[in-house]
Amino acid sequence: MEIKRGIAVSPGVAIGPALVLDTEGIRIPERFIDRKERQAEVDRLHEALKAAGCEARVNQDAISAKLGKQYGAIFAAHAMLIEDPELIRELEATILEKNHSAAYAVSRVMRRHAKALENLGSATFSTRASDIFDIEKSILRNLVGGAGEGLGTLQSQVIVLAHDLTPSETASLDPKMVWAFATEAGGRASHTAIMAGVLEIPAVVGLGRFVTDVSGGDEIIVDGNRGIVILNPDEETLERYEKARTTLGTFATRLSELRDKPAETTDGCRVQLMGNIEFPSEAQHCLDRGADGVGLYRTEFLYLNKQTDPVEEEHFEAYRAVLLAMGNRPVIIRTLDLGSDKFMHRMEHEERNPALGLRSVRLCLRNLTLFKTQLRAILRASHYGNVRIMFPMVSTLLELRQCKMLLAEVKEDLEEERIPFAKKIPVGTMIEVPSAAIMADELAREVSFFSIGTNDLIQYTLAADRTNEALASLYSAGDPSVLRLIANVVQAAQRHQIDVSVCGEMSGDPIYALLLLGLGLRQLSVTPQNIPEIKNIIRSITLDEAKQVAEETKQFDTARDVNSYLREQTRRILPEVVN
Amino acid sequence: MSGPKLSRAFTVTNPQGLHMRPLSAFVEAAARFRSDIFLCRGAEQRVNGKSILNLLGLGAEEGTQLMLEVCGEDAEQAMESLWEVLHRNYDDEESV
Repeated sequence: MEIKRGIAVSPGVAIGPALVLDTEGIRIPERFIDRKERQAEVDRLHEALKAAGCEARVNQDAISAKLGKQYGAIFAAHAMLIEDPELIRELEATILEKNHSAAYAVSRVMRRHAKALENLGSATFSTRASDIFDIEKSILRNLVGGAGEGLGTLQSQVIVLAHDLTPSETASLDPKMVWAFATEAGGRASHTAIMAGVLEIPAVVGLGRFVTDVSGGDEIIVDGNRGIVILNPDEETLERYEKARTTLGTFATRLSELRDKPAETTDGCRVQLMGNIEFPSEAQHCLDRGADGVGLYRTEFLYLNKQTDPVEEEHFEAYRAVLLAMGNRPVIIRTLDLGSDKFMHRMEHEERNPALGLRSVRLCLRNLTLFKTQLRAILRASHYGNVRIMFPMVSTLLELRQCKMLLAEVKEDLEEERIPFAKKIPVGTMIEVPSAAIMADELAREVSFFSIGTNDLIQYTLAADRTNEALASLYSAGDPSVLRLIANVVQAAQRHQIDVSVCGEMSGDPIYALLLLGLGLRQLSVTPQNIPEIKNIIRSITLDEAKQVAEETKQFDTARDVNSYLREQTRRILPEVVN
Repeated sequence: MSGPKLSRAFTVTNPQGLHMRPLSAFVEAAARFRSDIFLCRGAEQRVNGKSILNLLGLGAEEGTQLMLEVCGEDAEQAMESLWEVLHRNYDDEESV
């Protein structure tokens, strides 16, 4: 048994067999299939071979055009190898006669051929072994998914272990097949962590090196509540976790009963509790938990993994779907919040520091067609529900004014074209750059609401990359510098009588609920799965208690003291929330 | 399969041996015929001429003696075409 400690990013406990992804892609465990499944397995093999063959031919054309025909010929030979009749016969026989899974058959047979070539003792032929490995990988990628998109087509339920997962890889995980995941890299507020929360998959990140110690199929416990991963647990530990899983289940059922009750303190202070979403289908996650609206609708998914920008209709359909689902509850759509580093086809030159580079509204204001397309779609969708527009990463007043001016232009266009849209759409700005937090008073005059994006606000205030595991202790929502900025923003909003909410991961962390309420926040937007827990806390406290906690918190001058005080206060009220 | 069975011996003259490039040309040509096609090295190795994987496994370098066997209704055309492919000079192209 071995215990690894990392950062808990998505709650829940899972126990199951490991699927190890390393930098090489995927390691195939020895797996046998039921006799009845053999024909289906052969069919899957043929599909994977067909897809891998197509990929090789696409590569052939691309490389021929780029480097010349003789280089493209390498991939022609690859395609030929993938479609090799003897290979296919051998693979089928291994599946049908030995009951091997298709993936295991490919892995075994290809490796045997590669080895045979290496053993010929001739330089010309032994180097061909690497071609065989290449082909093995490309077939496997189509069969079980490499460290990539194919993770969405797993055949059995697993716990995924990897050095790192990209956000799109995480997004492709099927919660029914992937019980949990754990990675060596990553931090609390990385997009991967956010996606894990969205998919409701228990996850622990930032574990440091451990993946090489694990073999596929090893039993693994992922404790997403405490940030612990246990490799090959002993009987006693296993039993304890089985039990914990059951208790947690009961707690979760109790929380689900809160759905139709308002987020209101015991002394009658009503809080708007909203959901953060990324995909249109998540609107339902919000409704299932009785959310008061969508406090943050991220729109980046429309742009990722694409060679071209999304067209207006794609935007429009995605927005309208959410607005229709949410009825008259407010939906805050955030305009594109990506760096140019995420747009392969837009990257003009590499940035030395993308976090401080051309991103979000900065990028949009330099690509007006891109920006206007999105604004037009939001306006058109506004006809179907209660929409609010929010600009991310505004760092100066001028930027905000430019965004608003552009919005006015797009509105004029629509009016001329007689396309209907809601006339009074509230416009707000994210407060996630320290300069905006400091200038909150000035910004408040020109918007209808603020939304404090704590993830970036923390990163920029403490100059700590939120995905760097070595800086996990620096990056803390409880840091007094961050709390002072938040207090400043809330006060500015109150003075100008505009709405203010918090939509970062901080608002979904139960230990900050008392503090945020005490600071004057009446609107929180959290990952849908955190709604019941936060609501439960709100419904268990009085506003006076919250104000007192906010006041007391001021006396601490380090994040550590703040956090341990808040943890203690939360535990006092709701012991089962903090363990 | 019915039809004539033809065979012809030859020596690999290509300095690089039968590497990926000539073999893929061979397989490509072989695939066009209905006949069964084999390349044999000595008495023990007799491999499917439509399988690049098995042909690679022959490890045929310069000077290796091989036998080309063709059997089937279109055996004559196949022999003619494959013989040409085997004696094509691949080394004026960069071998990759």
